[in-house]
Amino acid sequence: MTSVSITAVRRLPTWPTAAVAAVAWLIAWFINLPAANWAAYDLLGLQQGSHLGDAVAFFLLDVPKVLLLLTGIVTLVSFLRSFVSPERVRRALAGRGVLPGTMAAAGFGIVTPFCSCSAVPLFIGFVEAGVPLGVTFAFLVASPMVNEVALVLLWGLFGPGVALLYMGAGLTVAVLSGLLIGRLGLERYVEDYVWKIHAGAGAIEIRPTLGDRVRDAWRSTVDIVRRVLPFVVAGIAVGALIHGFVPTDLVVSVGGRGNPLAVPALVGLGVPLYSNAAGTIPIVEALIGKGLPLGSALAFMMAVTALSVPELVILRRVMKPRLIAVFVAVVGAGILLVGYGFNAFIA
Amino acid sequence: MKKIEVLGSGCNNCIRLEKNAREAAAAVGIEAEITKVTDYAEIMAYGIMSTPGLVIDGTVVSYGRVPSAGDIAVWLSE
Repeated sequence: MTSVSITAVRRLPTWPTAAVAAVAWLIAWFINLPAANWAAYDLLGLQQGSHLGDAVAFFLLDVPKVLLLLTGIVTLVSFLRSFVSPERVRRALAGRGVLPGTMAAAGFGIVTPFCSCSAVPLFIGFVEAGVPLGVTFAFLVASPMVNEVALVLLWGLFGPGVALLYMGAGLTVAVLSGLLIGRLGLERYVEDYVWKIHAGAGAIEIRPTLGDRVRDAWRSTVDIVRRVLPFVVAGIAVGALIHGFVPTDLVVSVGGRGNPLAVPALVGLGVPLYSNAAGTIPIVEALIGKGLPLGSALAFMMAVTALSVPELVILRRVMKPRLIAVFVAVVGAGILLVGYGFNAFIA
Repeated sequence: MKKIEVLGSGCNNCIRLEKNAREAAAAVGIEAEITKVTDYAEIMAYGIMSTPGLVIDGTVVSYGRVPSAGDIAVWLSE
């Protein structure tokens, strides 16, 4: 009976709580802009249009805005994607043709819950079920590259256009990487033990209840937000300084189309910032405002999310160094292509 | 005496799951032996791909999510 009492004490009623939270979220979203302006220009008495005033207003606007976007939409996304388990995806992918399989894998990569710690069981599970290597890679590339936190923040800060471009470009890179890696016949560079593992008969499918899914989504959101919060605030502070103080000419001359090395330099800068997508977006937002071309910005974002050293270290447990090198080269080339391509074709 | 296994490579979620399992065992007041299974071949042998997984006395009761201490307590007292 103890079990019943601890569950009862800990739980707020799920649905009424969710409804109240949703209403509170909407109210906060709509008063954010006037509240930030009021705080910066009236409460603190800063001059509108001054460097400091603009920087402070940017900071006061963006911190609540990014937090609202993160908590609200990550909860929603976590809830929705609890319906697409890797076990289901594997069943859907096994035995498909190469092209449809690769495209489906890239698409699933966006929505499937995935953290770098489950990369290995996922990889083994896919390969073991007879999903071709190229198709598996399309999934492994799309999953971190089209990062849901990045997608949500891009949507909230730049509108649907930029968010969809980011998603489309990420999917394209994932599909092309998958097709290419599939073509290269790299199966011998998968660690030998992987082929020998025999997974137990698929565990009985356990379907969490709707209430469980909502509570899980909320808990993982709290976990994510708590982890990224310091990076987000630091990122917004840097973004605010750029917004208020860095002259547009400087950004355009260093990071603009005129400098052919800007895209690779930004990609190189993005790799060590892994897992801090949430913190880098406010910086990108400020830089785009100062004239950084969109292609360069997208390439930077993708390098942050798709190429991370810890993930490579984890993947090393199932792949020989040759395969890791091919993976990095193909994904890196794809990201550069996105950067130069968007810079060339989108004004 | 219940045998609880936490399947996962040791990421954040696995640590949370282990903590919840300990809390649940303490709340229900049963003796439980909690082990972490980090070897991928062993994890795969349970037929799951999404970690963390929770196994009680050899049966997979949850995978791909972190159940609360309350949920685990219910499974433990069954």
